[in-house]
Amino acid sequence: MSLRRLPELLGPALLVLAAALLGLGVSASLQTYFLDTLVKVSIVVALYLFIGNSGVLSFGHIAFVALGVWTAGVLTVPEGQKDAIMPGLAHYLLHTNVGNIASLALAAGVGLVFAFVVGLPLMRLSGLAAGIATFGVLEIVNNVLRYWQSVGPGLNAFSSVPQSTGIWQAAIGALICIVVAYAYQRSRFGRQLRAAREDPAAASAAGISIYRQRLLAFALSGGLAGLAGGLYVHLLPIEIDSLYLDLTFITLAMLVVGGSGSLLGAVVGALAISGLDSFLSASENGVDVFGLQIDLPTGTTVIVIGTLMAVILVLRPSGLSGGRELSLPRGRDLSHLRKARAST
Amino acid sequence: MTVAFLNLSWQTFAEALSLGGIYALMAVGIGLVFGVLRLVNFAYGQLIMAGAYAIAYASVWGWPTWAGILLCVGVVLALSMLMDWLVFRPLRTHSPAVMLVATFAIAFLLQSIAILAFGQLGTVASSIGSLNRPWDIDGVLIRKIAIVSIVVAAVCLALLQLLLTRTSLGLHMRAAAMDFRTSRMLGVRANRVVGGAVLVSGLFAAVSAFMLTGRNPQVTPIFGLDDTIIVLAGVVLGGLTRPIAATLGGFTIGFASGILGGALPTNQSQYLPSFLFGAVIVVLLIRPSGLFTRGDALVERL
Repeated sequence: MSLRRLPELLGPALLVLAAALLGLGVSASLQTYFLDTLVKVSIVVALYLFIGNSGVLSFGHIAFVALGVWTAGVLTVPEGQKDAIMPGLAHYLLHTNVGNIASLALAAGVGLVFAFVVGLPLMRLSGLAAGIATFGVLEIVNNVLRYWQSVGPGLNAFSSVPQSTGIWQAAIGALICIVVAYAYQRSRFGRQLRAAREDPAAASAAGISIYRQRLLAFALSGGLAGLAGGLYVHLLPIEIDSLYLDLTFITLAMLVVGGSGSLLGAVVGALAISGLDSFLSASENGVDVFGLQIDLPTGTTVIVIGTLMAVILVLRPSGLSGGRELSLPRGRDLSHLRKARAST
Repeated sequence: MTVAFLNLSWQTFAEALSLGGIYALMAVGIGLVFGVLRLVNFAYGQLIMAGAYAIAYASVWGWPTWAGILLCVGVVLALSMLMDWLVFRPLRTHSPAVMLVATFAIAFLLQSIAILAFGQLGTVASSIGSLNRPWDIDGVLIRKIAIVSIVVAAVCLALLQLLLTRTSLGLHMRAAAMDFRTSRMLGVRANRVVGGAVLVSGLFAAVSAFMLTGRNPQVTPIFGLDDTIIVLAGVVLGGLTRPIAATLGGFTIGFASGILGGALPTNQSQYLPSFLFGAVIVVLLIRPSGLFTRGDALVERL
């Protein structure tokens, strides 16, 4: 690995560390916003790994997050309380419990395996068909988890899961996602997939199996999404309703606003929109800013973020980052090539 | 009294038929815009929600029903033209995926505006509540709205067919749907075609809003959202490239969900979305361009 490429990893990683350190220095009630932000970073980086590298839209990743939530949640609710919140739970799950780290690893594993299995047929599709089919995955997973009480709490919230996601666990989780995404996009597999994104015909002519590369990226990003789900359930008592369209919307907005073409874009988008989201949500409950009492009506958050997302899509489709990574200024500058490409 | 197979009652059958009719209208509304713009409008459900609110508020203000319907048509048409101006036009040259995400954002935007303006709880459109009462046809009780929807949907689709095949605007729209660039070179005016498609699509949204409100007079900010998600799946299922295929896809999925929803016991019908979307995924895998297309692959515009 050349030194020149290091900022590509260090930039996003330092941003996450800075957010974590900032979160350490604030009051406990404010800290929840930072924790939530760090988990969102993990989800958006997982989304980026697939959407950014392949250029194929996926509405289905929140399904993998939900599976991560279910896996880590069901396996860590204390045995004595399982009956209370999960009355229909299957017998073998009733007496199986694992520790914090193991539950996160299993959440990632379940996300990875499920994404791989679902991807086997779905990765043959692209464009709109892929968008609708992944949306179907979200609908099905949401529907099944909502009513199938043998595998989880159904409509109940995951209360009494140990709240082990503190600032360090959240930050380390986000960093793991960033490192995996970086390693992937620098690997030959990532390069092949990015080549296929730019020009599918040329890529297949050069011997790249687009299907296989997409499947690999889909499975990996499913694993990261599962991990993020595990982190999420250890953070707050989450329920199925918050793992549906709203979360899909907000995470896609983060990716789009930041710029889906680069890892830096994904992280910047997640941090920026999360910050905005936290501030506006707090304002909906009334907040003091420099002695100025702000009290916004409920719903303002989505209006502001939705407008921002639409404006960015219309005016600057490549997002805040413009699809670029951080890099040291010396060395060959290829940006003129990109400009030439964009103008054709 | 029952239909011979599956133990279906005539009631379920009529309800399924009417749901199929409404979904067919919504599907063709989405399909028309897709034809000329290559844009899947996720925010179509919010157009319907806006129309439903128009009817509900007209009823709260004590307006007569016809005035409520006029208001509904006006609101929906204005909103769809606004959407066309502010969002569709600037995005015309982008990829279908970007446009889908953009309309996804618009959908959420409109929904939260509705929450802000009208509150979470919703308003009741009592003026057309009488449509929910049943008619007694030879001992079978069928809701009036079911029959009204079937008739209205059939009339609307017939009129659309006339528009598409017998007028020059229709000819231009079909040409643009086949190949936008070539049709422009041959003298089809792009803005007129796009405007026409958006208008007709908005009109169908208004009609669907009226009929959905007739089925369920409780209008909330998420009114029409679930229906739109199912219709989107149906449109892709049928095939986006041809209006007829999209219509058939919408009808099929509406009819199927009506029949299954009516025939299955509750502990199974709660998994209905899973069955529907499972079926959609299977069909997409076998025929990515849709069930009712002539095998012509979807050509992305360059």
